[in-house]
Amino acid sequence: MTKWTRRAFITTGVAAGGTVIFGVAIRRGNRSHKVAGLIGAADDTLFDVWLKISPDNTVTAIVPHAEMGQGIHTTLAMMLADELDADWSRVNIIEAPAHKEYANYALARGHTVGDIEFPGWLVDSVDGLFFRGAQAMAVQLTGGSTAVRTTGQIAMRVTGAAARTVLLQAAADAWQVPADEVFARKSMIYHANSGRRATFAQFAAAAAELPLPSKPSLKSSSAFKIMGTSPQRLDIPAKVDGSASFGIDARPPGMKYAAIKAAPVFGDRIRSVDTSLIQDMPGVRKAINLGNAVAVVADAYWQAKQALDRLVVEFDDSGNSRWEQSGIFKQFAADLDASAAANDEQVDLETGNTRKALAMADRIIDAEYRVPYLAHATMEPMNCTAWVHGGECELWLGSQNPLGVAKDAGKAIGIDPDNVTVHNQFLGGGFGRRGFSDFAVQAARIAADVHYPVKLVWSREEDIRHDHYRQACISRFRAGLNAEGYPTAWHNHYVNKRNPEEAPHIPYGIDNQRIVHTESRTHVPWGYWRSVDHSLHAFFTESFIDEMAVAARRDPYEYRRELLADAPRFRAVLDLAAEKAEWHGPLAKNHGRGIALHRSFGTTVAQVVEVEVKDGTARVRRVICAVDAGFAIHPDGLAAQMESGIAYGLTAALYGEISIQKGAVAESNFDDYPMLRMDAAPTVETHIINGGESLGGAGEAGTPPIGPALANAIFDATGMRIRELPIRHHEPVQTERSE
Amino acid sequence: MITLNINAQEHVIDVDPKTPLLWAIRDHVGLTGTKFGCGIAQCGACTVYLNGAPIRSCVLPVQAAVDQEITTIEGINRGQPGVHPVQQAWIDEQVPQCGYCQSGQIMVAAALLEANPLPNDADIDLAMAGNICRCGTYPRIRKGIRRASLAINTLRTETTDGQKQSND
Repeated sequence: MTKWTRRAFITTGVAAGGTVIFGVAIRRGNRSHKVAGLIGAADDTLFDVWLKISPDNTVTAIVPHAEMGQGIHTTLAMMLADELDADWSRVNIIEAPAHKEYANYALARGHTVGDIEFPGWLVDSVDGLFFRGAQAMAVQLTGGSTAVRTTGQIAMRVTGAAARTVLLQAAADAWQVPADEVFARKSMIYHANSGRRATFAQFAAAAAELPLPSKPSLKSSSAFKIMGTSPQRLDIPAKVDGSASFGIDARPPGMKYAAIKAAPVFGDRIRSVDTSLIQDMPGVRKAINLGNAVAVVADAYWQAKQALDRLVVEFDDSGNSRWEQSGIFKQFAADLDASAAANDEQVDLETGNTRKALAMADRIIDAEYRVPYLAHATMEPMNCTAWVHGGECELWLGSQNPLGVAKDAGKAIGIDPDNVTVHNQFLGGGFGRRGFSDFAVQAARIAADVHYPVKLVWSREEDIRHDHYRQACISRFRAGLNAEGYPTAWHNHYVNKRNPEEAPHIPYGIDNQRIVHTESRTHVPWGYWRSVDHSLHAFFTESFIDEMAVAARRDPYEYRRELLADAPRFRAVLDLAAEKAEWHGPLAKNHGRGIALHRSFGTTVAQVVEVEVKDGTARVRRVICAVDAGFAIHPDGLAAQMESGIAYGLTAALYGEISIQKGAVAESNFDDYPMLRMDAAPTVETHIINGGESLGGAGEAGTPPIGPALANAIFDATGMRIRELPIRHHEPVQTERSE
Repeated sequence: MITLNINAQEHVIDVDPKTPLLWAIRDHVGLTGTKFGCGIAQCGACTVYLNGAPIRSCVLPVQAAVDQEITTIEGINRGQPGVHPVQQAWIDEQVPQCGYCQSGQIMVAAALLEANPLPNDADIDLAMAGNICRCGTYPRIRKGIRRASLAINTLRTETTDGQKQSND
């Protein structure tokens, strides 16, 4: 066990070299001293490791999270700048280098958990904690909608407020006035009585000599000047003129290219590679057998790709070719049956006595739902550029987990992770996929075999077929209703629990609940996929509550509402969505309306979908979204994340299906794994509630409710209940409306 | 050796003539604003103009582009100062998220407005349906196109008025 203390991280200012530096984390001689060289110029003053103030009075926020479109660089910098009372027009942002001192655990040990003891293995570990752990203490990763909630609240705001405190103190000392008479505004320090004023930069060096308060007072939301506004995102200009550099755009001098093909069946190995057909191909340098994949290195990517396609590769059967999609669902169903019969399910949640309540119910409702595997399909296919030289490894890629990449890549080629430098680039989509380091490990291994930098680019086919997939699932429900149609019992049994823990939970006041699961594993690699288990359970629970409302002959919105009498925060969000959607208003012919409500990553979201069903096809016309994330730091950014989460969830609900044939993924590209496009994209209206409770995440919470809201809308329009996704397999046919 | 005319500049590159134009532009010329997304003309991330018309560079052999005018996102403003009205609208509406598909989206949107300065929703759906955005920026792309349309038409009206005045 290693004991960390708050004191160890935040006090003691030390000058080193030409740079005035602050904080033990970057003390000379400390292994993390090199951080200073990575982020600071000679005249900069560094506060802690998150902030520097330059001689020209610009403030730079050093943000330890990857920008993948969620606007996180801007949002985190806003949190720091507001507490600092900085001039937003003179705030810069740089992404922190992948370095241990920026790992979230350092924050946690410094500011949140204070003196509690951590297991030593955690400190340098990335595995096993990933998104869940990140919420408390994991590492410098971007995922789990944690950035604003942890880094923002803990590091950015505290550092900004602490730095303001010492800047004011330094000025007060110099001016020989009481500290409470000086104040900061827009990167300037003022003393009203004497009319004195100075820039932050003038007192930065003196301030850095003062001890930073570890618990400075933070602003209340009414005092926010920057938080709660929507300044333009600082990453956008480079994203409209082609100059933004993504992983795939890296071009270190002397770089060659690699194309790769992994064994189609997960778990299979390469038995043999016949290179005779590529020997004389121009530009082709080398074929490399990585055990479970084969790569070709060439002077140009197209040459590598052409050569790869001509390689004759044989695979050893791991036995996994026996897997078929239908068999996987059969196994899930059989395992659910067997475990229910043997009474050996694993209990997620148990309240009251569900068995007894079901036995006494006036009416029983049963339903079974299923969802398929899903791939992430980021627009930028997986890629990584690697260069192994002089006992070091440099990597260029977009990663949600750069420290994990350094650790995994280093381990794969026998280089200490401290000697692996990750140049993190913009991510062309993350959604959880870029939290894995498989493609970076491949690139490092290829680069270790040559003496020049190599850019490995996956084909789209490789990207779809070698993802870490959102799980397929079967979930079964049984509810007991009393004579008035209200639920007295909720029983839910599903296969394969991952996380977050609470994903299958419901907000509704039902006295007797039993939520259980049974493990039924397959060979398909699992991965974090935008909102993780929420993406499936929200579809199940919010479809089933709709079925209960229908069985009770009640309006689905009013029925939910009544069951939320003890959950006012949920109810307020539900009400807002219904109100803005004019839930009880008239509907055009062939149209239906559906509602769903779900809380994930601390954020509550309700959505109303209006769908038109025509010629056997459902078209989503309009989505009204209400969201309560506690407080919207950047309201337009929150709205953008809702729009994005809705599109991601709609793609899954309408079209998304990865299916297994002979152990391999059958789909391969956007022609057979279709995406939502402009002509099917609904208008989206987002309405924000600042509920005032602790901050929730933005990146994922928009995704879970959209699938069930759409399925419920299709039921409203047609009387057809969708219990299996994707919707494109069904032909929702219009029926006469009952009214 | 193949000579390409990209953004009004000549580039002489040593490339297999069957190489898709996309890789010639990205890897051989070094203009990386044009993106690889699917390789089968399904996603639009690789859109460039060939003689002013948007095409999918991931499936066009580079030899077919010889002696043609190629325009990429880097040259969309044709040497004019500032940014193209579509690019400005994208900033004003805060359209991009991850940004990876946006070069292609902007190329297609600008081509749409060139051909049809006042597109309706159906025109926009039709023109943009070939471009995938996984971040789901579609509602903002629609707004961006409407905003750019307004800007372009205002500019044209002003120009026309100016010409009229000078003619008077």
